[in-house]
Amino acid sequence: MTMGLEAAVLITALALLLLDLWTPPAEKRVLSYAAVIAVGVIFLASFAFVTPGPRTAFGGMYVLDEYALYFKRFFLLAALLVLLFAVESPADRERSETEYSALTLFALTGMMFAASANDFSLLFLALELVTITFYVLTSYHRRQPVSLEAGAKYLILGALSSAFLVYGIALVYGASGTLSLPRLAAAPADVLRGPLFETGLLLVFAGLAFKLAAVPFQVWAPDVYQGAPTPTTAFLAIGSKAAGIALLVRWLMALLPGLDPHWQLLLMIVAGASMVYGVLCAIPQRNLKRLLAYSSIANAGYLLLGICTTTREGLAAVLFYLAGYLFALAAAFGVLCLVARTTEEEEISALAGLHRQSPLLAATLATAMVSLAGIPPLAGFFGKFLLLKAAVSRGEVSHGMYALVGIAILGVVISIYYYFGVIRTLYWTEPSARRQGCRIGINWPARVALWTCLAGLLWLGIFPNAVVNLADQAIGTLM
Amino acid sequence: MDTLSFIVLCPAAGAAAIALTPRRFQFLFRLIALGTTLFSLLGALALFAGFEPGTARIQFEEYMPWVDSVGIGFHLGADGLNLGLIVMAALVGFAAAAASREITDRQKEYYLLLLVMICGVLGTFASLDLFFFYFFHELALVPTFLMMGIWGRGERRAYATFKITIYLSLGALLVLLGLIGLYVVSDAKTFDVVELGRHLAAHPLSESAQATLFPLLLFGFGILVSLWPFHTWAPIAYDTAPTATAMLHAGVLKKFGLYGLLRVAVPMLPAAARDWIGVLAVLCLGNLLYCGLVAMRQRNLTLLLGNSSVAHMGFVFLGIASLTLVGITGAVVVMVAHGLLAALSFGLAGFLRERLGTVEFDNLGGLLQRMPFVGTALALALLAGCGLPGFANFPGEMLVLFGAWKAHPVVVSLAAWAGLVVGAVYALRAVRRLLHGPLPARWAGLTDLAGAWPKTPFALLLAALILLGCFPRLLTERIQATTLDIIHAVHGPSLAESPATPNNPQTQPLQSSSSVAPAMTPMLLQKPPPTDARAQQEDS
Repeated sequence: MTMGLEAAVLITALALLLLDLWTPPAEKRVLSYAAVIAVGVIFLASFAFVTPGPRTAFGGMYVLDEYALYFKRFFLLAALLVLLFAVESPADRERSETEYSALTLFALTGMMFAASANDFSLLFLALELVTITFYVLTSYHRRQPVSLEAGAKYLILGALSSAFLVYGIALVYGASGTLSLPRLAAAPADVLRGPLFETGLLLVFAGLAFKLAAVPFQVWAPDVYQGAPTPTTAFLAIGSKAAGIALLVRWLMALLPGLDPHWQLLLMIVAGASMVYGVLCAIPQRNLKRLLAYSSIANAGYLLLGICTTTREGLAAVLFYLAGYLFALAAAFGVLCLVARTTEEEEISALAGLHRQSPLLAATLATAMVSLAGIPPLAGFFGKFLLLKAAVSRGEVSHGMYALVGIAILGVVISIYYYFGVIRTLYWTEPSARRQGCRIGINWPARVALWTCLAGLLWLGIFPNAVVNLADQAIGTLM
Repeated sequence: MDTLSFIVLCPAAGAAAIALTPRRFQFLFRLIALGTTLFSLLGALALFAGFEPGTARIQFEEYMPWVDSVGIGFHLGADGLNLGLIVMAALVGFAAAAASREITDRQKEYYLLLLVMICGVLGTFASLDLFFFYFFHELALVPTFLMMGIWGRGERRAYATFKITIYLSLGALLVLLGLIGLYVVSDAKTFDVVELGRHLAAHPLSESAQATLFPLLLFGFGILVSLWPFHTWAPIAYDTAPTATAMLHAGVLKKFGLYGLLRVAVPMLPAAARDWIGVLAVLCLGNLLYCGLVAMRQRNLTLLLGNSSVAHMGFVFLGIASLTLVGITGAVVVMVAHGLLAALSFGLAGFLRERLGTVEFDNLGGLLQRMPFVGTALALALLAGCGLPGFANFPGEMLVLFGAWKAHPVVVSLAAWAGLVVGAVYALRAVRRLLHGPLPARWAGLTDLAGAWPKTPFALLLAALILLGCFPRLLTERIQATTLDIIHAVHGPSLAESPATPNNPQTQPLQSSSSVAPAMTPMLLQKPPPTDARAQQEDS
């Protein structure tokens, strides 16, 4: 049962589509909850029944090791929270909610395969499965022009990035004659350092940078984040980005373990540019989803900062950072889903006085913002702490790291301005007279999801030991 | 649970209890806050009583491994450097909770944030692990932001709130960078202050590494303490903040930077510390003189107090810059004294502002006629601020001036002038404008604080100030052994190999300290000046 987790998710998705045909419209909500429960069970099962081998399948294309398992659990948890919030978000009456759940599960399957991709062909397949599903998910509200616009933009730019990716893979194959990472790693040095091969890798990197929304492949992010239905945005921001990281780290570690100076310089430039661009562009944003899109660009920079170090502690820090990012973004988008149900607005100003309408929602969103800003006692702080520590340790070897750390620090200071701007709106901007006094009710599944995010943020921030060790072991299998 | 973790975790437990208490039990929130801070205070007093003076050993030590792979442990402990600060922080915490009657709106959030903030300030001083030292300090950042934003006063509230938040974050991140750098460069694989100190004593860092790290820590901590010219956030923030936040921040939290300099930067990077003290001595004049002069021009009580609190930080910087036993001991005394003083004066100013709606000098006068208790307390606080003997500030400032004389004679002369003359000008002027003179007609119906309970926080702070002013030995004999360790770390045991014995270092001069100090210090510390009796009478 090497691929038990993927199989379980896939079967759940197909079963949902089938059951949808027999379920009367009034009871379709049950199916959405069934999807949530199924993902929850699979998530728990990943702890109870799955042992990382490392085992392989498809002739070595697929590998199940600690690293893959870490990401699979990550994606399952992300999907669990996203699906829960999706049930609560305003639905498009014309379309079945079940279809939405099933599509999300397909994307989840793709991400889980991506975590295990030990071969460039599986890398491409997994990413395409994710990307194509997201084309549908972003334009899911087909009566809303913004949603369609987002879908079209994502489609065009996504297709472009897939073209980069597939061309790069073709060059890699042309230069070396194989797509398997272990075999490539064992290839002679003149192949690995050949211009054709390096160009191929560069194009693959470009394709993945698109998934990460790293500069200069970030153009799509703000519009798509803003236009897509909120749960989709959440899954895009968490899952798609993490899938890109999972793939990038695996092949970088396999093919360029020490990272040649020119590669490191490239990664450092991309990281620095992403941080600067994301942070500066987030300042004037008035729409929360757009703000989070720019913050996601900046965070891509922070993640790449960790990857630049190429040390075990740096990469483990990336994995930990992602875990904190998961809870913070799930919390932020979850709150947005629940608020949008009553206000149907996503501007930051629409959140004014949310504190009086629902203290729990306001507290959750504020906590998420504080964590994103990297302030104790929350997960974001410990993630940034680990990243900075790893980067400073590496500075002795490559002095450019110090410059990058400086940018990162300034980025954090600037980001505090806009993250705290959101908190300010929540707590002390007076709401418009129209909405004063109306309270937002939250049913218990959503409540559980919000508390999960809060608990996750606090737990990772105060008791980070368990996840730090998990991330460390996961990276250990790549080294 | 041991004493220190009890002190630190009491407010945290209170915060959790408030978070879980439903909103309809309004009356419970204040009770929980008062109860838990009182427990912390009692714990701190027990700590003080159980502390064995005359030794640099760390007492009440607790250790729990936290993140092994990184070398982080939950390590608490008290020595001469932080004992006074912990007790002061606990006292100010209780006083701040007690002085929060003015808050009637959103009490649940308010007391929750207040307790988180108090937990942060207590934790940061009790921690002997650099990670938690930083962690607890930053824990107080979000409560500060929210409390200033929601319950703050004045038209420039948003500006002041964002200014303090961004300034403090910048300072804190510089500190974080410096601490991480220290961890990485030392290669000790631990954030534990004690172990790191031992490691660095055995393997000192190269001069160049020290020269890089020290400015990061100096300016990082400096921004947090409002070192001139990075001080502009402070007066306006204290003018805006609600009473309790200003008390806690100006009184306790700000001392984090000074404490960090003494605990981390100076002993662990001694070579760079010796190089940089000249710069620090000049910058501290910026605090003392420049901010003193700015305070002189203020026509608003909270702005005046804010500027004078920035000015007072100059004395501590000067004490640190002296790098002598007497100077640094004095700096620690000033830190404790100023914490009590700032809490007292901001508490009183906050009360006046809440009661009168304004603290502009032009609108006020003759308050002593209507408010004997508050007026007297305020007058005492202002006089204590300009260094009147009998209050805890006096011995601290004197020790600093004596300690620094040899190394920075010019700075000391100017500092003494700034502290005693400029300070006296603005303090006395404030007393005259606010408390004396005719009472404007609109305040004819004014009443004083009524009943014993509302007076308690102010009385406690005032009593502590006078107690430490009359018996500074209570502090100095506990501080000195630890200060001696710092001096050893900086000047090396060879220079500090002095006749000073742990039992009676008071009377034994260090070679590096000034010639005035040994003669003056014992006299100062043993014989309380005659004005004390009068001060006590005024209080009662």
